[in-house]
Amino acid sequence: MVSLNSYLILGAILFSIGAVGVFTQRNALIIYMCIELMLNAVNLTFIAFSRFLNSLDGHVFVFMIMTVAAAEAAVGLSIIISLFRNKPTINVDEINLSKG
Amino acid sequence: MQLLMFYILGFGAVVSALLLVTNKRPVRAAMSLIATMSFLAGLYVLLDAHLIAALQLIVYAGAIMVLFLFVIMLLNLEEKEGRLAGTALLLQLIAVVVVGLVFVLMVSVVKLSSPVLPFGQAAAQFGTTKAVGRMLFTEYLLPFEIASVLLLAAIVGAVILAKRKIDDAEH
Repeated sequence: MVSLNSYLILGAILFSIGAVGVFTQRNALIIYMCIELMLNAVNLTFIAFSRFLNSLDGHVFVFMIMTVAAAEAAVGLSIIISLFRNKPTINVDEINLSKG
Repeated sequence: MQLLMFYILGFGAVVSALLLVTNKRPVRAAMSLIATMSFLAGLYVLLDAHLIAALQLIVYAGAIMVLFLFVIMLLNLEEKEGRLAGTALLLQLIAVVVVGLVFVLMVSVVKLSSPVLPFGQAAAQFGTTKAVGRMLFTEYLLPFEIASVLLLAAIVGAVILAKRKIDDAEH
């Protein structure tokens, strides 16, 4: 049988990979994808706890996280599009308009 | 059998996540993220979360990733291979080391927590649409309704942010 700890460690691995991606990638789109990966890792943790505690509350939390992720993706991608109109790049190093 | 499936799906998820992180091309990164999400959906099935597994495929791998691909197509980016140097590279190395430390912390918290929950028999309707839906519409009704307001705000925000300004269209 797979223990709860295996699922939690898998979630931790995926979360860390996503965090490394956020710090090392310079492409704004891929950074967004890495944030989605981190949200997915948290979802896995919620589902694993929900199953092992035999309670459905975790599923409702994951449902809410999916809603927020969808809203975040829609707004974030339109922010990227309107940034791209002002300056034709999505490299986060070159987007420094509000730098003092 | 379950252990084997866990290892296959978990290994696949980690490998495709690594492909996502190391990739420079957005389309390939999106494809590996779709692969990661599909492997995670398999893991959700292992954990008896059938509704969430279906939602993972439909909402995440379907809707959200299609949105990503549309934006990649819309922006029409040229490939630019820039190598970082000097302080930027150093800062990245520091960030990776910090994330590694956080990872070690997470794993040690998991390892040190003694009460191990048993993988018991799930309740008869665990994770079905009926059970989760009943919970959403009774105990979590207010958060559910607020989520609809959040989605409405996101729709309006996306339209306003992404539309062209009216005076831009004139010249």
